[in-house]
Amino acid sequence: MTTTTQGNATTQGNAATTTRESAGTAIHRSAGTAHTRVEGRDKVTGAARYAGEIPFADLAHGWLVLSTVARGRVRALETDAVLAMPGVLTVLHHGNAPRVDTAFVGMMGVPPDPSTGLFQHDRVPHMGWPVALVVAETSEQAREAAGALVVRYDREPHDVAFSARREAEAYPLDGHMPAVVEKGDLEAGLAASAVVVDAEYTTPEEHHNPMEPHAATARWEGGRLEVVDSNQGTGWVADELARLFSLDRASVRVRSEHVGGGFGSKGTRAHQVAAVMAATVLQRPVRVVLTRRQMFSLAGHRSPTAQRVRLGADADGRLRALEHRSLNQTSTVHDFVEPSAAASRSMYAADAHHTASRLVKLDVPTPTWMRAPGEAPGSFALESALDELAERCGVDPIELRVRNEPAVGPVSGLPFGSRNLIACFREGARRFGWAGRDPRPGVRREGRWLLGTGTAAASFPTLAMPSTAALTAEADGTFTVRINAADIGTGARTALTLVAADVLDVPADRVRVHIGDSDLGAATIAGGSAGTRSWGWAVTVAAQELRRSLAPGADIPPEGVTVRSDTAEALGALALKERHAFGSQFAEVAVDPATGEIRVRRMLGIFAAGRIVNPLTARNQLVGGMIWGISMALHEEAVRDRASGGLYGADLAGYHVAAHADVPHIEADWVDDPDPEDPVGIKGIGEVGIVGAAAAVANAVWHATGVRQRDLPIRPDRVLAGGDA
Amino acid sequence: MREFGYQRAYDVSGALALLDGDGEARFLGGGTNLVDLMKTGVERPARLVDVRELPLNRIEPAEDGGLRIGATVTNSDLAAHPEVRRRYPALAQAVLAGASGQLRNMATVGGNLLQRTRCGYFADVDSPCNKRDPGSGCPAIAGEHHNHAVLGASGHCVATHPSDMGVALAALDARVSYETASGAGELSLTDFYLPVGETPHRETALPPGALITGVTLPADGTAANSRYRKVRERASYAFAIGSVAAALDVRDGQVHDVRLAFGAVASRPWRARTAERVLTGGPADAEHFAAAADAELAAARPLPHNGYKVTLMRNLVVAVLSELAEEAAR
Amino acid sequence: MPPSTSSDLTLSVNGEKYTLTVDHRTTLLDALRERLDMTGTKKGCDQGQCGACTVLLDGRRSLACLQLAVAAEGREVTTIEGVAEDGRLHPVQQAFLDLDGFQCGYCTPGQICSAIAVIEEHAACWPSAVTGDVRPEAGPPPLTPEEIRERMSGNLCRCGAYVSIVQAVARAAEETKGAAA
Repeated sequence: MTTTTQGNATTQGNAATTTRESAGTAIHRSAGTAHTRVEGRDKVTGAARYAGEIPFADLAHGWLVLSTVARGRVRALETDAVLAMPGVLTVLHHGNAPRVDTAFVGMMGVPPDPSTGLFQHDRVPHMGWPVALVVAETSEQAREAAGALVVRYDREPHDVAFSARREAEAYPLDGHMPAVVEKGDLEAGLAASAVVVDAEYTTPEEHHNPMEPHAATARWEGGRLEVVDSNQGTGWVADELARLFSLDRASVRVRSEHVGGGFGSKGTRAHQVAAVMAATVLQRPVRVVLTRRQMFSLAGHRSPTAQRVRLGADADGRLRALEHRSLNQTSTVHDFVEPSAAASRSMYAADAHHTASRLVKLDVPTPTWMRAPGEAPGSFALESALDELAERCGVDPIELRVRNEPAVGPVSGLPFGSRNLIACFREGARRFGWAGRDPRPGVRREGRWLLGTGTAAASFPTLAMPSTAALTAEADGTFTVRINAADIGTGARTALTLVAADVLDVPADRVRVHIGDSDLGAATIAGGSAGTRSWGWAVTVAAQELRRSLAPGADIPPEGVTVRSDTAEALGALALKERHAFGSQFAEVAVDPATGEIRVRRMLGIFAAGRIVNPLTARNQLVGGMIWGISMALHEEAVRDRASGGLYGADLAGYHVAAHADVPHIEADWVDDPDPEDPVGIKGIGEVGIVGAAAAVANAVWHATGVRQRDLPIRPDRVLAGGDA
Repeated sequence: MREFGYQRAYDVSGALALLDGDGEARFLGGGTNLVDLMKTGVERPARLVDVRELPLNRIEPAEDGGLRIGATVTNSDLAAHPEVRRRYPALAQAVLAGASGQLRNMATVGGNLLQRTRCGYFADVDSPCNKRDPGSGCPAIAGEHHNHAVLGASGHCVATHPSDMGVALAALDARVSYETASGAGELSLTDFYLPVGETPHRETALPPGALITGVTLPADGTAANSRYRKVRERASYAFAIGSVAAALDVRDGQVHDVRLAFGAVASRPWRARTAERVLTGGPADAEHFAAAADAELAAARPLPHNGYKVTLMRNLVVAVLSELAEEAAR
Repeated sequence: MPPSTSSDLTLSVNGEKYTLTVDHRTTLLDALRERLDMTGTKKGCDQGQCGACTVLLDGRRSLACLQLAVAAEGREVTTIEGVAEDGRLHPVQQAFLDLDGFQCGYCTPGQICSAIAVIEEHAACWPSAVTGDVRPEAGPPPLTPEEIRERMSGNLCRCGAYVSIVQAVARAAEETKGAAA
């Protein structure tokens, strides 16, 4: 197969397949040019149905009742009065719910979230823990009855006070990254340094808040459990439901065709378990939808972090020592670590290199993966500290990064798969107009606004997970791809269509892709920026095999010709390497020092993130990540009330995500960086867009005002306080 | 949400008759606040009387040359009205700064005046709150209060009034008209809201069962040079952390006439009469504006985490009055 | 006698009349989604804080989650299912599709209904919070990206498709203006 070029072609919106004649044969090239989403028409007409929108006859509605204490035991539930209310069918709780088994390690290599062990005991480990499910004929009846259920608790003192001061009681935990990695003599390196930056940074508790709330409908159909759900991997959820309910895996089917965003929050959670329990007890379909407020305690969150970065450098900015420590919270019933310090391990060369992520257990819900787990908060600290070092050394922030560019993994010593960080900075600097930037802070004024610019680096691991695919050549000349992928807004469905079409050398409209159904076979989830890479790999292998097996001009039988692929072996054979996507982030901000208001005026991100399959959707996704960076820098913050242990203002008016007016024109583009090992050249773009974005904004705020903002979000009161709030 | 009865009224007397002084019944306007509060259980009416179709949806000249705004005029019609924009620009700006286009299309003037605080403890029925559940306590004082009141609060409640429109109305000397079964009445906007004191659950001076019928703006030349500035933690679709409505008449470099009201700093739109007294007759310059703001804010009693509001309001007053003075000089 | 807690009513949606009995607690949003099987209108927060449930009520954009169904009787409801004509996408829908004004698609029907109204509100010379001079003499503000952003701010998009949404609204507004001229 000839490689196609890709890259910086501007998108025109309309689906385009280039066809050119070569040696008498038409060669179709879809990947690399802009294609509108294959399900786009359904989404703009409202025809696309999400999990809570598939009709079922005889549907009952479940409403979860959550604890109103942060720690204690359920002493009593007064269910009689509720059971007498109009339409109420049942009330499930720890006294009557079916038993589930949570003692297993799931597909992600970790035990299931503890809230999936629904109604198994009377203990309450955090505010908003599910204590009952009320099922009724209508959602209005269920809601009112759930609100009326009196639950009595034996309350115990709780502790939700996260702060850097808890470090003494913290412990390291290996998550999806090792907790502690040390190389060289840190203190000696710092002592020998001409310049030392020693700064503490904090990021708050953050919540995913996909626009579509978690929703599941469960029913038993012909001896099989069927769940229509909104998730990031139906195989993942089906597997965990089968284990939880001790069912044969083949007797569980989970479907999730359209998913209204996930960002890490949409795995197996309490709502699916509740729906399955109720459908089992009532023997009729039951739907459970989380309310927005319930999502704040049942959908996971990103831990707050308290980070300390120490950088020791020569006068010219070359690092001798790099230390990055991060403290994170987890619940009392589950260990989950936000590996913020791990984000520093692949970035910059230094002889002494210490990174450690630690945990403190509190009476809070269990945190989980949230877009760029570790990298998002970790890069805020590291890339802010780099900016501080640039200031101290009088070196341009980009030049500082050039001087500390490693030849191999700074800690691992492994070669990089490809590393085009500096190319991103060079291209970004050119496009942003960085050259000639006055490094002095607080000297540019336009009316009431102080102006500043900032930059930061981005990186995110390039992963691939085993997946299977089936590809059928149909008798009518079309092709059908069956792969249990999930399109949570990434454009995966469209990308896989283009990938298959190119290998098959047919126009994209001859390819149909079926995803989002656990019956389609084993495949990885939409997560770790690895979905499209992993699925695309499996689709490519299948398509290559199908092309080989189809004799030119031969008739296709009515049932078609199907080949299957499995990438487990190929991925297992990959050598150990430092595999990452990289990027440079640039931001310009305006700050009103009188009111503390901050407006981001423009942003540019240049990424080296593998081959870009669909520039239209890729640009959108990368820009979306950068908007998450703005949102993280300026808005997002879940405030935990120490007295109650719950969140203050747990809704979208209290928890601000960036709105239209917060987001200026943002450009994202890329340099040529095809992954040398992936058959399509993909690296993954789902998460790298957020990494470094908040630091770029914070660095720009410093350049505008002369004040370092080391605590996120940078609220107006923090600007007014000059960095001391 | 509790089950409830629903009736629709088509005229004022019919609405009052349907309500019938029933303490468990509520008037339903646009519903943007009431329906949300019913969902969260803060409000549990047994009956709703829908007043959206009352013939109170007009904006027309008042007898004294001012403007009379009907209670069911939507926020968007109010902000789009040419006379409002021409003669009372601060009011149009305040309304436009609130909520979103969708909510402004639904929300009514009468309902806006009666909207409840967005204090997170008030909205959470599992939390104590003296405003929602008198005597249960105020967790904000020792808890989260970074967007709570610094002026006029009490040890019983530090919640703020969330309205933007009300702040402009307070500055513009608006009067609120209402009717009860026993007759009509009127209150100035500033008297419409009660001080917090020991009764934060008692928010307005409206008699029980009264229906707001409209708001009257007096004829006022100064109001034509008016402005509303709102600061919030997101550029749009967010409640204020501080706002200022101001109208200013400058003659020969001196403040001849001024109206000033603050938002998001008190349980009600805060008319800054102390500052107005300091300003009137003095020089229209930044130094004097700051002195006036300081005089008003001397009464501020910030909590540990909302002291920034004092700085913010001082700076906002100076900024807004300076802009108005500049405009007046043009 | 306690008041009845449900009503028989007729809802007018996308030009069709539907007769149903509703619990007074039922919002227009739930009536559309659960009773009329029109699930294009989305429930993102159910509290008026996200805009996903935006519909046109008598032609004006409104939040179906805060609108009681019983109170919508006598008003014309237009949902995302009703904005295309004769199978031809509305210019706003077409622009969203072409310019990729969405990712997951869940906020999209609300964004599109809102954008249709934004273009009409602007054509009616309504000012916005970022309009420098709101006085009518100042004339209508040009529909700049800044104006579009402010006017669209009641529609949250967590995927962060804001940049292409603003481009789509601008394109559709231009086309609408061209068509009207």
